[in-house]
Amino acid sequence: MDTGDTAWMLMSTALVLFMTPGLAFFYAGMVRSKHALGMLAQNFFAVGLIAVLWALIGFTIAFGGTGNGGFFGNFDFLGLKGIGQGTFTGWETLTIPAILFAAYQMTFAVITPALITGATADRMKFSAYAVFIGLWLVLVYSPVAHWAFAGGWIAKMGALDFAGGTVVHINAGAAALAVILVLGKRRGWPHEPMPPHSLPLTLLGTGILWFGWFGFNAGSALAANGIAAQALMNTFLAASAGMLGWLLVERMKSGHATTLGAASGAVAGLVAITPCAGFVGGLSPILIGFITGGLCMLAVSLKYKFGYDDSLDVIGVHLVGGILGSLMVGLFADSAVNELVASEGLLIGGGAGLLIDQLVATVATLAFSFVASFVIAKVLDVTMGLRITSEQEDEGLDVSQHAETAYALAGRMG
Amino acid sequence: MKLVTAIVKPFKLDEVKEALKDAGINGMTVSEVQGFGRQRGHTEVYRGAEYTVDFVPKMRIEMLADDADVDRIIDTVVAAARTDKIGDGKIWVTDVDRTMRIRTGEMGPDAI
Repeated sequence: MDTGDTAWMLMSTALVLFMTPGLAFFYAGMVRSKHALGMLAQNFFAVGLIAVLWALIGFTIAFGGTGNGGFFGNFDFLGLKGIGQGTFTGWETLTIPAILFAAYQMTFAVITPALITGATADRMKFSAYAVFIGLWLVLVYSPVAHWAFAGGWIAKMGALDFAGGTVVHINAGAAALAVILVLGKRRGWPHEPMPPHSLPLTLLGTGILWFGWFGFNAGSALAANGIAAQALMNTFLAASAGMLGWLLVERMKSGHATTLGAASGAVAGLVAITPCAGFVGGLSPILIGFITGGLCMLAVSLKYKFGYDDSLDVIGVHLVGGILGSLMVGLFADSAVNELVASEGLLIGGGAGLLIDQLVATVATLAFSFVASFVIAKVLDVTMGLRITSEQEDEGLDVSQHAETAYALAGRMG
Repeated sequence: MKLVTAIVKPFKLDEVKEALKDAGINGMTVSEVQGFGRQRGHTEVYRGAEYTVDFVPKMRIEMLADDADVDRIIDTVVAAARTDKIGDGKIWVTDVDRTMRIRTGEMGPDAI
């Protein structure tokens, strides 16, 4: 047990929790005003539901039987049984209380399903959303977390995921694609304009996400040490370079450097550095962020080509950014940065072995999440219905789902 | 009795209001409106998706006026609102049949 490590992880847990409200505002600014509260509600509700489910069952599926090399954990920690102030059984090298480790991981479990709300924006029933993310946490998130974070098969194979390129971003991105294929497009998309109602809110959310991401990535060192410091610097640089990459491509393509582009590029850089954060060094984070920012700017146009309504570009930013980040671990991982890098990246001189492992982890996570999420969404669509009615969609999520209005300033009840 | 309606650029509203006050005009109704004339809309781009915004924001000023005051009002508004650039707006005058001040029941010019 180490007090310095414990202090940093207490702090990191709070930082990562703050990302979900940040995400809520990042997304809410991008929807039309009649859906703004609906978006905030879905994200905040994830904090409520997922935290409780994580303590009851999610944690043990993810981290029970840590290091067992399998597909999901055992049920030793059901209801956080045996998870207390002492060390974590099965992970004796951890220098923080087991209960803190469970709380830290809980914040990851909360934000991952919340990421999906960006794709399903403006048209998903609140009740169906609640059931979906509950089932998804247990059946998809927790097993995938076991694969990569708890010594499951991905970790055993040798693939690396520092803070959740596969577990968080590819997982949520693939799920987002599956759900919107069941859910269908928003009414009027793509011919009706659906511009963001408040980019200032989106930029505020971006700032909160960026701030919280230091806990997400530097906290994933699980200690207050040099690797945490390296991860923090990498996170900072990748977000900044991501912004530059996006803006450069956007400026060349459409003639303007936009604020939404700056925010999106920073988030794309943050997504890409997530799996790499504690494994790369030098100027690699700048390359990782810059390349991902530019490519994600191009990727957000794919939805028009293929006709899927990924409303706020969860696929274009999180799935594509997550895939790029996971693969770039295989290019840039450096054993001088972290001794856990057993086989270095291709560009560092370690050959293609790690890159192939990263590719397998990426494809497996994407395929499992897509199929499982599609099945869950389909079952819910048939049983309770995933989608609100056309009238409710015209009225907006705020009034139809929550009997509230985001902005009463100028209205009758001003 | 006339109703003078002016459409002006939003950033010109304060200047127009002050000029009218200086010219002795004591009341007006203002609303935010959108529309287009010769000044075209503009294009907005969000993550590469282009939206054409046809309607340009303008302010509409409405004033009830005695017939004798109408020319002065028009001159004042035009002088204050003109930038010589396209989109400066319009002003028009219509006849008003009856007017009443709700509080006192005064009619016609007394109600202005």
